[in-house]
Amino acid sequence: MISIKNLNKSFGKHKVLDDINIEVNSGQITALAGPNGSGKTTLVKAILGLVKPDSGQISIDGANISDNSTYRENIGYMPQINFFPENLSSKEILLMIKDLRNISGNSEFEKGLIEEFELEPHLDKKMNNLSGGTRQKISLVLALMTDPKILILDEASAGLDPASAKKFKDTLRKARNEGKTIILISHILSELEEFADNIIFIIDGKILVASGIKSLIAARGASNLENALADIIELQKKGNLQ
Amino acid sequence: MPKKIYILFASFFISCIIFFTALSTSNKSEKDVKTTQISLKDLVSNAAPNDTITLNGGYYPESGIEIYKPLTIIGKNDPVIDGQSKGKNIFLIKNDSVSLAGLTIKNVARHALWDNAAIRIDNSHQCKVLNCKFENAYFGIYLAKSSNCEVIGNKFQSQGSHESDAGNGIHLWKSGHIHIKDNVIKGHRDGIYLEFGKACMIENNWSENNIRYGLHFMFSDSCKYLNNHFEHNGAGVAVMYTHDIEMINNTFANNWGTAAYGLLLKDIHDSKIYGNQFVNNTVGIHSEGSIRIKVEHNNFIRNGWGARIFANSNDNFFGSNNFISNTFDIASNSRMNFNKFIGNYWSGYSGYDINLDGWGDVPYRPVRLFSLLASQQEPVMLLLHSIFIEFLDIAERIFPVLTPETLIDSKPSMKIIK
Amino acid sequence: MNLFIKILKYELNNIMRSKWVIAYFMFFLVITEVLFRFSGDSSRVLVGLMNIALLLIPLVSIIFGTIHFYNSREFMELLLAQPVKRNVLFSASWLGLVLPLSLAYVMGLALPFLLHGTSDFAPYLILLSSGVILSFIFVGLAFIIALKITEKSFGVGLAFIVWLFFGVIYDGLIMLIIWQFSDYPLEAFMIGISSLNPIDLCRITIMLKFDIAALMGYTGAIFEKFFGSLFGIGIAFSMLMAWILIPYLIAKRLFNKKDF
Repeated sequence: MISIKNLNKSFGKHKVLDDINIEVNSGQITALAGPNGSGKTTLVKAILGLVKPDSGQISIDGANISDNSTYRENIGYMPQINFFPENLSSKEILLMIKDLRNISGNSEFEKGLIEEFELEPHLDKKMNNLSGGTRQKISLVLALMTDPKILILDEASAGLDPASAKKFKDTLRKARNEGKTIILISHILSELEEFADNIIFIIDGKILVASGIKSLIAARGASNLENALADIIELQKKGNLQ
Repeated sequence: MPKKIYILFASFFISCIIFFTALSTSNKSEKDVKTTQISLKDLVSNAAPNDTITLNGGYYPESGIEIYKPLTIIGKNDPVIDGQSKGKNIFLIKNDSVSLAGLTIKNVARHALWDNAAIRIDNSHQCKVLNCKFENAYFGIYLAKSSNCEVIGNKFQSQGSHESDAGNGIHLWKSGHIHIKDNVIKGHRDGIYLEFGKACMIENNWSENNIRYGLHFMFSDSCKYLNNHFEHNGAGVAVMYTHDIEMINNTFANNWGTAAYGLLLKDIHDSKIYGNQFVNNTVGIHSEGSIRIKVEHNNFIRNGWGARIFANSNDNFFGSNNFISNTFDIASNSRMNFNKFIGNYWSGYSGYDINLDGWGDVPYRPVRLFSLLASQQEPVMLLLHSIFIEFLDIAERIFPVLTPETLIDSKPSMKIIK
Repeated sequence: MNLFIKILKYELNNIMRSKWVIAYFMFFLVITEVLFRFSGDSSRVLVGLMNIALLLIPLVSIIFGTIHFYNSREFMELLLAQPVKRNVLFSASWLGLVLPLSLAYVMGLALPFLLHGTSDFAPYLILLSSGVILSFIFVGLAFIIALKITEKSFGVGLAFIVWLFFGVIYDGLIMLIIWQFSDYPLEAFMIGISSLNPIDLCRITIMLKFDIAALMGYTGAIFEKFFGSLFGIGIAFSMLMAWILIPYLIAKRLFNKKDF
């Protein structure tokens, strides 16, 4: 479980995260959504220690993460932009990440992933010779292969072909069932509605909604997640959101 | 009494035989003075005028041998006269027509007051010093007020370490028509020194590793020096306060140091520098107050400065010289220039020759801005090889603002001049 | 094997294969060989190489360093999402860039010299170590720029300006000062001011080892006396070490505070 208390972060005058308080439960897929520049990526980067918060606390399973690097052994991260060293092959990069986590050899799990995403023929190629979609899949494997307790995936399905996108969702569902904590950043609400359990919606660095998706739709009496969120945004504009 | 006459007669007779056999270069054996017990002084004082004394080997620990009559002393099989660093001059010649040949003369007493020499020729004429060896001589051969002498084929080796405890190899003072040829001079203060000389001929000498100048010339006009080699001397060669000098086919090499030159010209006029090699010197030619000097067919190779010409030099002419790989070809300390440069080869020239007449179509400016700046403000030299300086030079080359406008070679050769 | 060594190994593996680093190595190799064939005399080869090295090493180190840092930002982000400390990643990235650049330079010069031999061993070694030191210094400066400036094109532009300052403008200022204060004895001041610029310091230290120092006259003699003394060598050495360490430490501090 990840819990975040009173988290604030500004870039210059611009307040990116404004007093964030949330808890992300394990065994669930939590979607992080919001318009561009709303602070989604900054929030997950704060969890990863990539962004240093101005104030507030982040703890994972009760342990504070500040000034620590070992907790990241339990996190698999797939960044939004994947840009790899141009002179290393896919295999070398996979090896490197495992090496940094003191894992040797290829686990059955990793082999399964590579097979599933049909990456075998690309392993010896230089990263900069690969297509965007293939790079995206490599990046996904990098996040998943060590089978970590927490997964943070930033726009993971963008650029994936439909078949791979389906395999991706299956993999995530399986991970949820194994009791993992999964944070998924996306702006495709229909996709989220399909397989995420919770939604955290952020606008201008503030949390608008943090709730179970099904209960949210039901509470708003909306036909789908998009309408439910639209409803809430409308209400907030009028200033009478309960 | 008859015995004495007999000896005198016999020695004269033998000497004559030796002299003529030497002249006719036959290999006939002679009766020579052999024993070392006889002192050279005695031999000299006993000899009659125009006698020839031949020393066949032997060791003579003597100095102060004074010769007041025409005499010839010939050494065979390397006789050694050792001054043992005592007394004053080893030989003092005070008469015309004295010849010394084939002797090894060593260890002259060094003295702060007296310019002691291995051979001093004083006020005498038609003297000769041939094929002698001078070791650890303070002064080697000192000619004062003498003329028409020959100094040929001698070797000088001394170990002076400071200017103050070393003398000159060949020293001329107020002497004219001296012929200095085929000598090798090392380790003296000045290799060859001329003061108030006149019409001397200096050729084929090799002057190396002398503490100050390889050749030092003052107030000595109408002299010629050709085919000499000057190398690794403290400050190179200096020619000062004189005129009508011809410097031809000499080599000035490897004179490195903050105050070293290949050739230093100071207040010289109407002279000729032709066919010389200036290689690897801090400054090839340094000219102060030179007037009407013709510098032609010389090679200036790998010097710090090919030629450094101060503003008070004028009407000099540089033609048909090769300037190759010098850090700076020409330096001047002024924007004014009254010297002419025409038809030289410059390895730094990057112009073109469209009409293929062998001459570059755009003039060459041999003075780099940096060398001009450095001769006005010496600390600027510290920026040598700085990128800023390279840029500055390129800019100045394209738009000349500061370098002497008239100091150009309007007809630079495209090829090295043979 | 600790993380530092692991990351360094991958960095080296990546950068040693970079076509730019290979081109950089080939450039020094070819130019050294050409100079050898052209002039034959090893001390002239060294002077020629000094000109090129003092121009090129700072320029390439700072420009390539800045670009490389911008290009690796995303990958650094991925690495920092692993259980890796920032300090460790920073030092490994820094060394992982400096070592290949230095090695390209050293090998480029060393191979022709091994082939042709040199009698000027001392100036040769000083030329080599100066190049390595300058690589360290200017990669450090590159990292500061890339960390301070987010915009890549602006950062690369600034890197060029910084190079221009140390490589060119600084000497122009020295020249101006010499002219302005020509009536005063400037030697001590000159020693101070040229020690502050690592390129000048390297240039003068190398030149004092060549007989070309004779051209520098009286000022050169004073410099030779100063930098020939144990004290002077100590000053020069500590200056260069400070030039390596201070940018490195500043960049490291910025890196530790950076939001990716």
